[in-house]
Amino acid sequence: MASSMSVSRRRFGRLLARISGSRRQFSSTTSSISIDDQQQQQAQPQPQPRSLNLYSAINQALHIALDSDPRAYVFGEDVGFGGVFRCTTGLADRFGKSRVFNTPLCEQGIVGFGIGLAAMGNRAIAEIQFADYIYPAFDQIVNEAAKFRYRSGNQFNCGGLTIRAPYGAVGHGGHYHSQSPEAFFCHVPGIKVVIPRSPRQAKGLLLSCIRDPNPVVFFEPKWLYRLSVEEVPEHDYMLPLSEAEVIREGNDITLVGWGAQLSIMEQACIDAEKDGISCELIDLRTLIPWDKETVEASVRKTGRLLISHEAPVTGGFGAEISASIVERCFLRLEAPVSRVCGLDTPFPLVFEPFYMPTKNKILDAIKATVNY
Amino acid sequence: MALSHIASSSSRSKNLLKPIAAVLSCTPSLRRPISTSSDSTTLTIETSVPFTAHNCEAPSRSVETTPKELLSFFHDMALMRRMEIAADSLYKAKLIRGFCHLYDGQEAVAVGMEAAITKKDSIITAYRDHCTFIGRGGTLLEVFSELMGRQDGCSRGKGGSMHFYKKESGFYGGHGIVGAQIPLGCGLAFAQKYKKDETVTFALYGDGAANQGQLFEALNIAALWDLPAILVCENNHYGMGTAEWRAAKSPAYYKRGDYVPGLKVDGMDVLAVKQVCKFAKEHALKNGPLILEMDTYRYHGHSMSDPGSTYRTRDEISGVRQERDPIERVRKLILAHDLATEKELKDTEKELRKEVDEAIAKAKESPMPDPSELFTNIYVKGLGAESFGADRKEVRVVLP
Ligand SMILES: Cc1ncc(C[n+]2csc(CCOP(=O)(O)OP(=O)(O)O)c2C)c(N)n1
Ligand SMILES: [Mg+2]
Repeated sequence: MASSMSVSRRRFGRLLARISGSRRQFSSTTSSISIDDQQQQQAQPQPQPRSLNLYSAINQALHIALDSDPRAYVFGEDVGFGGVFRCTTGLADRFGKSRVFNTPLCEQGIVGFGIGLAAMGNRAIAEIQFADYIYPAFDQIVNEAAKFRYRSGNQFNCGGLTIRAPYGAVGHGGHYHSQSPEAFFCHVPGIKVVIPRSPRQAKGLLLSCIRDPNPVVFFEPKWLYRLSVEEVPEHDYMLPLSEAEVIREGNDITLVGWGAQLSIMEQACIDAEKDGISCELIDLRTLIPWDKETVEASVRKTGRLLISHEAPVTGGFGAEISASIVERCFLRLEAPVSRVCGLDTPFPLVFEPFYMPTKNKILDAIKATVNY
Repeated sequence: MALSHIASSSSRSKNLLKPIAAVLSCTPSLRRPISTSSDSTTLTIETSVPFTAHNCEAPSRSVETTPKELLSFFHDMALMRRMEIAADSLYKAKLIRGFCHLYDGQEAVAVGMEAAITKKDSIITAYRDHCTFIGRGGTLLEVFSELMGRQDGCSRGKGGSMHFYKKESGFYGGHGIVGAQIPLGCGLAFAQKYKKDETVTFALYGDGAANQGQLFEALNIAALWDLPAILVCENNHYGMGTAEWRAAKSPAYYKRGDYVPGLKVDGMDVLAVKQVCKFAKEHALKNGPLILEMDTYRYHGHSMSDPGSTYRTRDEISGVRQERDPIERVRKLILAHDLATEKELKDTEKELRKEVDEAIAKAKESPMPDPSELFTNIYVKGLGAESFGADRKEVRVVLP
């Protein structure tokens, strides 16, 4: 217990001072640099890591992706100008308008085009301006992208396709700038769904997604674009997909989340610790195909599970995790699996604070589960 | 990169500037109407530029109006202008949250359209909807309350800037997803046709939205079934930061319906808008759908997070303000016809400013929606959806 606490202190030691009024600040651990990364580091001296926010880390990853593969392309609404969240700033200047370009306002067309481009062996990196606008492209993703390999008996695929989209609440986004649609895509075998929690994670995971031979939907926590700052290595590194990461060790309960929600969960863990409850926090990172083993191992240790996400609770990906873990750990569970999620309502305008799975809701649920 | 874009956009933007020359080219005999009191005198005024037609006859450039109508145009557009500018301030003061898209510059479209149709006709639009709502008879109090998420808002504070509606006068809103409202407009028009009540639907969308596939699906449906649907492309020449020519192979939006006839209109000339909407309604009832491309301009940035000056030059904006402003055009007409004095118009504007301020003060008093409203209107009343507390045990309520 004592040692795990010190580990977690070290891991979150680089949390920056909280910007007043903001609820989110998150940092990533250094423990998960991939093999490629270690090899790279050995091969050549690397420049000092720089402090970057999340959108700059994404920007760096896109620079590297275009630089390291002449067959990579970045496109979407206004990306040639840097995009609404500045993630694509400077790319068109550096790589030219034939590789980084604006599309018309037509999500279905953007994704369909990306599938075709990828089918010719290219890396098509498409931006959907907000995750709320991915639905016009839903058919292309579900019926075309996800099933291309399967239904052509492996003659064709669009593995080079990566769709980036900012998701989640920002405090006042209202109905159409706040949604978390990840669960819809987790119901689709053939695509991967990945969500990073911090700048360092975002860079490494995005590069893995771009280079992964499967189509990937990469949701970026837009609340953290500017808010989350941490040191990000300058060089090209990748973080493994389908590997969850234990970002805080504990013994009494396992918490599983992804993206921006992790920082809220982390705060709840810190508060619970003051009451003597030791929480283990896991960042799932890849939602499908997901790392059941890491979650299972943790729940076997703690005997309790809590899942938290911003999307509405019913049919959210938390339901899938819950069902799988109950199957695997039924006799080991000491309390029902708890889900602290968005409410089953449309994302509200003025009632965002009620809707959100806040720290206190999580803390309550931790206590209720531990005292069950 | 950014600089080169600006340079090229400014060279292209010259064609945005067409002088108000035609303003005074009205029929000479009508230059001096008898007096301002004779409200119902008919004036005939020429539109700024001719209509450009695709697959149909263009309506006449001579528009009939009355002193009363011109003064009401001035009043309504000045009210909208003032309202939008006030919304800008409220947003900056953080009293309006969420996303907020302003309509100033485009007022002639909302006002001219209303002058040609009745409240039995339907209008459906995108998120730039404040002024369309006012045009349909909405009040300032409803506007500001909704913007600030208060109970007195037109959507009871549940929608916000992008989601204004007014059922009793056929305003179907207020849609956040670009292009999604266009096929909805076809459904409205089908219902109207079926009821044989001689009404039509105006479905509005932007130049950016014109590149969404849904438009073309809607066009085919509307033409196939001869629906009384008028598809109005409010071409303000930018979809967010993207100039029309960057995103559209053919920015002649009035022609993009191919087999659906179209008309291009100076959307900064309220009389031209009125004329073409009147024509369109008659056409749609007889022959089915029509596209109206309204050549217009938004002065503000796309939304409150866009300063609106990185992808277009300040010269372009001030040029349009000077040469084509819809309110100034009407002001000049009113003065040229001696329908009111400069001072009277200034007084009207002062009065409107006061009305707006009073509405804001009242809206600020309006309470926030009751927290239970978070759960209402998801399904019909009484369906019994359940909500849970944090651990799904502590709180369990059957919802209204
Ligand atoms: C499906 C979808 N994609 C993207 C957006 C983001 N978005 C909102 S408005 C807009 C530009 C639309 O431009 P236009 O149709 O010309 O209308 P205007 O804003 O000029 O009135 C974009 C890209 C959205 N709301 N919905
Ligand atoms: Mg536009």
